[in-house]
Amino acid sequence: MQPTPIYDSAQLIPHALQELKEAVNYRHLLFQLVRRDILTRYRRSFLGVAWTMLSPLGIMLVLSFVFSQLFGQIRAYPAYILCGLMAWNFFSQSTMSAMNSLVWGGGLLQRIYIPRASFGISAIGSGVVNLVLSIIPLAIVMSITGIPIRITAAFLPISLLLLACFTLGLGLMISTLAVYFPDVVEMYQIILTAWMYLTPIIYPESVFPAKYQWILHLNPLYYLVKLWRLPLYDGHWPTWGEVWPAALIAFGMLLVGWLFFTSKSDEFAYRV
Amino acid sequence: MTNPVEAVHLEAVSVRYRVPSERVRTFKEYFIRRLKGEVQMRTFWALHDVALNVYPGEVFGLVGVNGAGKSTLLKVVARVLRPTKGRVIVRGRVAPLLELGAGFHPELTGKENIFLNGALLGFGNHEMREKYDQIVEFAELGEFINAPIRTYSSGMYARLGFSVATASEPDVLIVDEVLSVGDEAFQQKCAARIEAFRLHGAAILLVSHSMDSIQAMCQRAAWLDHGALKAIGEPAQVIRAYRERGS
Repeated sequence: MQPTPIYDSAQLIPHALQELKEAVNYRHLLFQLVRRDILTRYRRSFLGVAWTMLSPLGIMLVLSFVFSQLFGQIRAYPAYILCGLMAWNFFSQSTMSAMNSLVWGGGLLQRIYIPRASFGISAIGSGVVNLVLSIIPLAIVMSITGIPIRITAAFLPISLLLLACFTLGLGLMISTLAVYFPDVVEMYQIILTAWMYLTPIIYPESVFPAKYQWILHLNPLYYLVKLWRLPLYDGHWPTWGEVWPAALIAFGMLLVGWLFFTSKSDEFAYRV
Repeated sequence: MTNPVEAVHLEAVSVRYRVPSERVRTFKEYFIRRLKGEVQMRTFWALHDVALNVYPGEVFGLVGVNGAGKSTLLKVVARVLRPTKGRVIVRGRVAPLLELGAGFHPELTGKENIFLNGALLGFGNHEMREKYDQIVEFAELGEFINAPIRTYSSGMYARLGFSVATASEPDVLIVDEVLSVGDEAFQQKCAARIEAFRLHGAAILLVSHSMDSIQAMCQRAAWLDHGALKAIGEPAQVIRAYRERGS
C-alpha cells in the first residue's frame, strides 16, 4: 500500500531542487513525451524517420560541393562536415524545440500539474534519439570516404552527455525568455545562424590565423563540437586539456539555465 | 469525537498575478524600458485570504460569477499555481477533471494517448498497463482505440478523457462545470463513478453555474466573489446569498 502523497505548499525545498525531484518522479512522462515526438514525426510524413537521416546528408552534400575548393585539402571533407553538423543539428534543433514546445504547448501547464522542465527535457531527449539515428548515415559516409571508426568512438557518450547538458541549460534559459518575449524566437534564429558560422563546422580551425584564434575560444560550442569530432573524425582520445573546458561550460550552463528557469517557472501557469 | 482529517486545507491563501501594466511585447522594448526604469508591474489578486476545508467523502460546491477566482482556487488545489501567501495542504492524489483529454495528441491512437495522458496525470507505466483494459471498456470505444484520435467525435474524445482521468481512484476530485460527456446513459455512468469515489472517501470539489446541481449534489458549498470567500456552509444558504448579491 503506497503512502498517501501529501502536498503542502509551505514546504521549504527551494524551487530548483523541487523541480529536479519532480522531474525524476515524472520520468515516465518524459519518456512518453519523447515517444510522442518521435511517433508523430514518423507518421506525419512519408519519409518520416528517414528524413532525420537524409536532411543532414543533404546539407553536407551541398556544403561539400560549395566549399570543396576552399577547404578541399582537408582529409575526407564530407566526413569532417558531417561530424560537426551532427553535433550542431542536435544543439540547434533541441534548443529551438524546447523553446517552441514551451511557448505553444504551455497551455497544458495551465490545466494540469507537470514539472515545468518537462518540455525542455523531452526536447533534448528527442534530440538525442535523432542524433543516435543519424549515426547510421554518418557511418556510411565515413566508410565511403575512407575514415575508419576507431575504438576512440567509445568516448562519444561522454561528448554527448556534455553537449546535452549544455543544450538543456541553454534551452531552458531561452525558453524562459520566450515565454515573456515572443520576439526571442526570431532573434534566436538569427543568433543561431551567426553562431554556426563562428563554430568550426564547415571550416577547419586553422582558417583563423593564430592572432585571431581567441575569437574561436570564446565560443562555448567550439569546445563541445571539438569534443564530438575528436574521437570520431580525428580518431584521438581527447586530452584532459580538451575535456575540462567543455565539462565546465556544459555543467555551468546547465546550472545557470536550471536556476534561471526554475526561478521563473511558477509564473508560467498564467503567463504562457 | 475526533476531527476528521481534511483532504484539502486552505489557510489564508492569496494568489497574486503580476503582469506588466503596458503590453511590453518585445525583448528590445523591455530592455529599453528597464534601463529607463519605466517597467510598471500591475498586481492583481485573484484570491484573497481564502480559508476552507474539504473533508473526505463530501462534495463541496463552489459558486461565483465568471472571474471570481473559482478556477484559480481549483488550480491552487491542483498544484498548477502556487499560493503567493498562505498555505495549501492536499492529502492524496488529485484527479483534475478540468480539461478532459488535456495533452491528447491528434496523431496518436487512442491507446497511445491513454499512456501519454496517464503519464501526464502522474501514473507509472506499470499502473497504466494494469488499468488499460478497464479504461477502454469504460470509455466504450471498442476497436476505435487503435485509431488516431483525430478521427474521434468530440463525445468519444471526452469519454476517453474521463475514463483515463478516473482510472485510478483519486483522493481528491476536481470537477469543473457540467460534465456533459456522451449520451445520457454514459452521463449516468460518470455520475455513478464519481459517487462511488465519494463513498470510498474521496473529497470532491465541484464548480458549477447550475444552482440545481449544487443543491442536489453538495453537502457544503462556498461563494467566491472577487477572489474572496463571501459565504460558506450549507448549499441552500450559500446559494441564497449568491442570488441576493446584487440587491
